[in-house]
Amino acid sequence: MLRSVRRSIALATAVVASSAFLTACGGDDGGGGDGDLTEVKLQLQWLPQAQFAGYYAAVDQGFFEEEGLDVEIIPSGGDIVPQDALANGDVDYAIAWVPKVLGSIEQGANLTNIAQIFQRSGTLQVAWADSGIESVADFEGKKIGSWGFGNEWEIFAAMAAEGLDSSTVEIVTQDFNMNAFLQGDIDAAQAMTYNEYAQLLETVNPDTDELYTPEDFNVIAYEDTEGAMLQDAIWADTERLSSDDEYAETTVAFLKAVIKGWAYARDNVESAAEITVAAGSSWGPSHELWMANETNKLIWPADNGIGVIDEEAWNRTVDGALAAVNEQGQNLITAEPPETAYDNTYIEDAIEELGDEVDTTGADFTPTEVTLTEGGN
Amino acid sequence: MTSTAMTAAAPGAAGLRSRPLDGVGARLRAPLQGMLGLLAVAALWEGYKALAPEDGVVIGETRVLPRTSDLAMPHVWDMVARLGEPTTSLPGAVPLWRTVADAALVSLGIAAVGWLVGTAVGLGLAVLMARLRIVELGLLPWIVLSQTVPLIAFAPVVRSWGARIEIGGWEWPPWLSVALIASYLAFFPVAIGALRGLQSHSAIHADLMHSYASGWWSTLRRVRLPSAVPYLLPALRLGAASAVVGTVVAEVSTGFLDGIGRLLVSYAGQASGDPAKAWAPIFGAVALGLVAAMFVTLIGVLLRPYRRGEAT
Repeated sequence: MLRSVRRSIALATAVVASSAFLTACGGDDGGGGDGDLTEVKLQLQWLPQAQFAGYYAAVDQGFFEEEGLDVEIIPSGGDIVPQDALANGDVDYAIAWVPKVLGSIEQGANLTNIAQIFQRSGTLQVAWADSGIESVADFEGKKIGSWGFGNEWEIFAAMAAEGLDSSTVEIVTQDFNMNAFLQGDIDAAQAMTYNEYAQLLETVNPDTDELYTPEDFNVIAYEDTEGAMLQDAIWADTERLSSDDEYAETTVAFLKAVIKGWAYARDNVESAAEITVAAGSSWGPSHELWMANETNKLIWPADNGIGVIDEEAWNRTVDGALAAVNEQGQNLITAEPPETAYDNTYIEDAIEELGDEVDTTGADFTPTEVTLTEGGN
Repeated sequence: MTSTAMTAAAPGAAGLRSRPLDGVGARLRAPLQGMLGLLAVAALWEGYKALAPEDGVVIGETRVLPRTSDLAMPHVWDMVARLGEPTTSLPGAVPLWRTVADAALVSLGIAAVGWLVGTAVGLGLAVLMARLRIVELGLLPWIVLSQTVPLIAFAPVVRSWGARIEIGGWEWPPWLSVALIASYLAFFPVAIGALRGLQSHSAIHADLMHSYASGWWSTLRRVRLPSAVPYLLPALRLGAASAVVGTVVAEVSTGFLDGIGRLLVSYAGQASGDPAKAWAPIFGAVALGLVAAMFVTLIGVLLRPYRRGEAT
């Protein structure tokens, strides 16, 4: 009796173990790819969400395939740094903020900005409406929130531009949500227009039992300050661009598809949000649509054409990075980046090759109005 | 993470002590005690929430007891109710508990692979060290040292290696990086526990085998391995807990999309507007630890004949 019980437990154990193993294997989607397509890996800087709508739209709508590419989009978790993955040769292209990569370049990474997708900074510093914090000038002596990992440099660049002493600021590392701000641990919290600011507007105000409204907050947009820095850009391997003709060609084809993807996200914002939800964003539809819409505002209109790096904005970012001193007295970078740090050749070629096929400036772009719901669900 | 590990270990310890069951009352005792424990935790949560000040207790600049606001500590019934509601307002969205359960199953599968690999490696190393004293002297410090490498440093390296591995048409899938990191944490207690176990047999037994002119491998099979079982079981349980924790942390670290670790991060990001939602994957992770511990308890049942010397 005991023996047979033991045997059936052994059997059940084996079944559980093997089915668990098969479940784990189920996550693999085959790999490989069609023989004719060039395989390309794109490293994002976070999990799938509408911030990257253009890339997911280009996959979903077959734009990459039209250009002969089989693109795998690789999300990042907490510890995968996109520019490091690119510099290591794990991926072919990476999305990353300019100031963060400038730091990596100074430490020896050989990377080139080939397309400045976000033309504007989407970073805000949000304080309560009655806090008296209305501009960067009011930051001194306050508890200022930041996510760290290089997201704090706009704060210090803006303060440096106003001649303020950054050592008087207490930088409080922010979580993934806005609770520290809502509970009063932070006087002014960092928020992206497309994400955390929406999180605030999705939260119920316990005093009124209704959602918070923009009137409840003072919003400081870095785009309006000297501290504004260029954000989401596409980076490529400098060495491979100059030595590998095939990679250089692939780069132009890749950028053509990316442009089409972002134009699609501009003209079909609702569909773009649905695509990123299907790609694995865990946000609800209203938050995702808000994010797609706000992301569009950072890209369009693009006066010089999408992705073309504006020398003035680049220089402002570099100057900000040189001037910024953090609360511990450290600099982001100490010398001008090399000339290879950005190159408009590839994006200009891509825009030219696309010709009239796609509207690459979006001069007529008008954002939609998105109504947020409680909890972003 | 620590709380998950502790919860994972506790019910296993109870199961280890359970006697052959007689009668319905005894059969129901364990689940009843489990339910009571759960209710006690819920009562403690609500009791603290009702009695402690809204802003927690702050001594000087340091908050020694947490805030009790609905943002920081949602009501138990709100968290339970949230589990039954749809994950998002998307048409056709499954209830939150389903999303969490699906993710937890994926993580369980990865943790199982990590645990199996870790156990195999740990046992192999233990046998090697038990066989050759010189290997033990040389290897043991490195095994201990291996656990001081922080996962934050380790995870990107593993993923970077994995990204470059391509054999024929087979590409290294992202889940394998997670399983590898889990096995890296899981092998340690197994190696240490098994080594101690393999050295725990009494000298008389070894001498007897010697007098039979029995070889080392035969002694291993007949004396050392059986006598190692009481040491091995707790080691396997620790390994299972490590594999689960390693899986969850590695999922977060490497940006793996389908597991419970990703839900922990994503829903933490939604915790301002929907505080109850952020707790769902935490419950999922606890359940994951419980299942892993139960699994090892089953192995303990199978090995009962070898557990005579165990202090119960």
